Amino acid sequence: MSEDAGLYRTMRLIRRFEERSIELVHAGEIVGGIHPYIGQEAIAAGVCAALREDDIITSTHRGHGHVLAKGADPVRMLAELTGRATGLNQGRGGSMHAADFSKGIYGANGIVGAGGAIATGAAWAAVKEGSDRVAVSFFGDGAVSQGVLLETFNLAALWRLPVLFVCENNGYATTLTVAQSVAGSITGRAEAFGIPAVSVDGADATAVLDAARDAVARGRAGGGPSFIEATAYRFDAHHTWEHKARVRYRSDEEVAAGRSRDPLDVHGSRLDADVRAGIDAEVEALITEAVAYALDSPHPDPAGALDHLYATGLRGRDGIGLLDTAVR
Amino acid sequence: MARLSYLKALQRALSDEMGRDEAVCVLGEDIGVGVNNVTTGLLAKYGAQRVVDTPLSEQAFTSFATGAALAGLRPVIEFQIPSLLFLVFEQIANQAHKFSLMTGGQARVPVTYFVPGSGSRSGWAGQHSDHPYGLFAHVGVKTVVPATPEDAYGLFLTAIRDDDPVVLFAPAGALGVRADVDMDALGPVPLGVGRVHREGTDVTVVAVGHLVQAALAVAEQLADQISVEVFDPRTLHPFDWDGLAASVAKTGRLVVIDDSNRMCGIAGEILATAAEQMRLTVPPKRVTRPDGAVLPFARDLDLAVQPQQDQLLTAVQEVYKSSR
Ligand SMILES: Cc1ncc(C[n+]2csc(CCOP(=O)(O)OP(=O)(O)O)c2C)c(N)n1
Ligand SMILES: [Mg+2]
Repeated sequence: MSEDAGLYRTMRLIRRFEERSIELVHAGEIVGGIHPYIGQEAIAAGVCAALREDDIITSTHRGHGHVLAKGADPVRMLAELTGRATGLNQGRGGSMHAADFSKGIYGANGIVGAGGAIATGAAWAAVKEGSDRVAVSFFGDGAVSQGVLLETFNLAALWRLPVLFVCENNGYATTLTVAQSVAGSITGRAEAFGIPAVSVDGADATAVLDAARDAVARGRAGGGPSFIEATAYRFDAHHTWEHKARVRYRSDEEVAAGRSRDPLDVHGSRLDADVRAGIDAEVEALITEAVAYALDSPHPDPAGALDHLYATGLRGRDGIGLLDTAVR
Repeated sequence: MARLSYLKALQRALSDEMGRDEAVCVLGEDIGVGVNNVTTGLLAKYGAQRVVDTPLSEQAFTSFATGAALAGLRPVIEFQIPSLLFLVFEQIANQAHKFSLMTGGQARVPVTYFVPGSGSRSGWAGQHSDHPYGLFAHVGVKTVVPATPEDAYGLFLTAIRDDDPVVLFAPAGALGVRADVDMDALGPVPLGVGRVHREGTDVTVVAVGHLVQAALAVAEQLADQISVEVFDPRTLHPFDWDGLAASVAKTGRLVVIDDSNRMCGIAGEILATAAEQMRLTVPPKRVTRPDGAVLPFARDLDLAVQPQQDQLLTAVQEVYKSSR
């Protein structure tokens, strides 16, 4: 598959995965809802196209796009979202913690800004083992107000670590606009630490890929961290609870204007129509299979609810005292 | 036999583990110079790649260690002040601790966090004198509070080798403890196994950390009237409930001394478990800091808030008397 076709396929996969997931939320099959990534697909697709399988990413609460673009199996991913034993995390993580360590995916993360330091530490470990692996941390515009992330920029720059910070500026942190939350600029934060920073059109997968390639090459060559601000529009709700709650913070006009520039069309128009149609059909079949697999998969056994609490297999006492060892 | 101090034991454990396992590295503030006397000499021995002086960015370097651990390293972090653990509670309790379960067992986070000098260090006042081990036990992070040099060595070793996050509190009140030990016999001490420092048949005293010394002193003082068994849990989570039950089965009487706040503290958990599951002949007692205590500066005020040896003595006598 050509590079252009590959980028489009990743975006299409994410788009259809998200659309079907939203349906499954409404149908009650995905409990707790999701943070849809629709509208931002070019960012995950572009950045991850610059990575190798052994590179590492950390993701966010809006993480499906990153996890899929980095190569997680969409079938097992959907099984995770539906809380099945066959899911990537055996149903222990769900939408906000989906991970696949075999693909360098250190997980979506429910805490805004938390992934940056984790990715940077992983990048440090990669350097120490003598590899040229890089780590990428995705986060939103809301995260640039988190102290720990700013501390992390300092560490990454100070120790010249191969980490790429990708800020997805979708204009909002839930309902809060960037204008309401960011003094100065987003790239200025990185520049203050001497981290090369660029702003790119996050609706254009090629533009994102080009910027990510530069950054990844710099990291692999020992040139230290980089920062990309990718601007995009979140087409759907902050979280699917909005579909019921109908919070008003964006005008209909704004949403319509935002949606009018669809990253799938921006990039899809670069492909032959039949290539695009072929990808669409292939993705459709895959997503159909994923939904069927997920809904057919067994639910995890409640007896194992706290399996994996400790890597060493330690078992604490249960909550009702029945299994306590010290009963005398 | 050689004389080993608690601090030296910690230093030796860390150095031995770094020598044994290349993946072990240590991060923290002023550790190159070794201002807390635990990391002394490690920089020269193992180099700046493994002994990393960090900027004052506790939240970042704590999760940085998580990332490094996820990628295969075995980091150890020194915190200069116990209350810095409040600052990184998110990074330990909500990130490092949760990875294993949330990923369905894909990930492990072998990081050791240690505080050389927890609790009161006379004169350091409100923000430097906390003993937040109960918080970590509560959220399920493995929590270790060694009382003696040989346990400091053995538990530090085990903590570093453990595949889960472990917090080790080295109480300021224990740092000066010295013991005659057989250096060749030093080795790992398992988590979740308590230690009876002195056998007795009348009252079980559970003492946490440096208060083991106070408990031993009380046992000696009362020796001709009351036979006191001194039980040191050594690790608060996992806790050696079987060991405690065996002791209480003998004595039927229980007093806990714990240098942390009373409300929701570890002493309360020990009493509750004993009341639920062990055969107590009289109501148990605990000697703790007061509810929600903030350690005041002036020496007499500081001491007024910490559990004292004479209070323990009184509690033991009362528990003993109330059964006759
Ligand atoms: C530290 C933290 N604060 C608050 C929240 C609740 N929260 C979840 S997502 C979110 C908004 C995040 O905005 P942004 O970083 O821009 O990402 P986006 O949702 O736009 O993708 C908030 C406030 C959280 N999860 N973590
Ligand atoms: Mg945002």
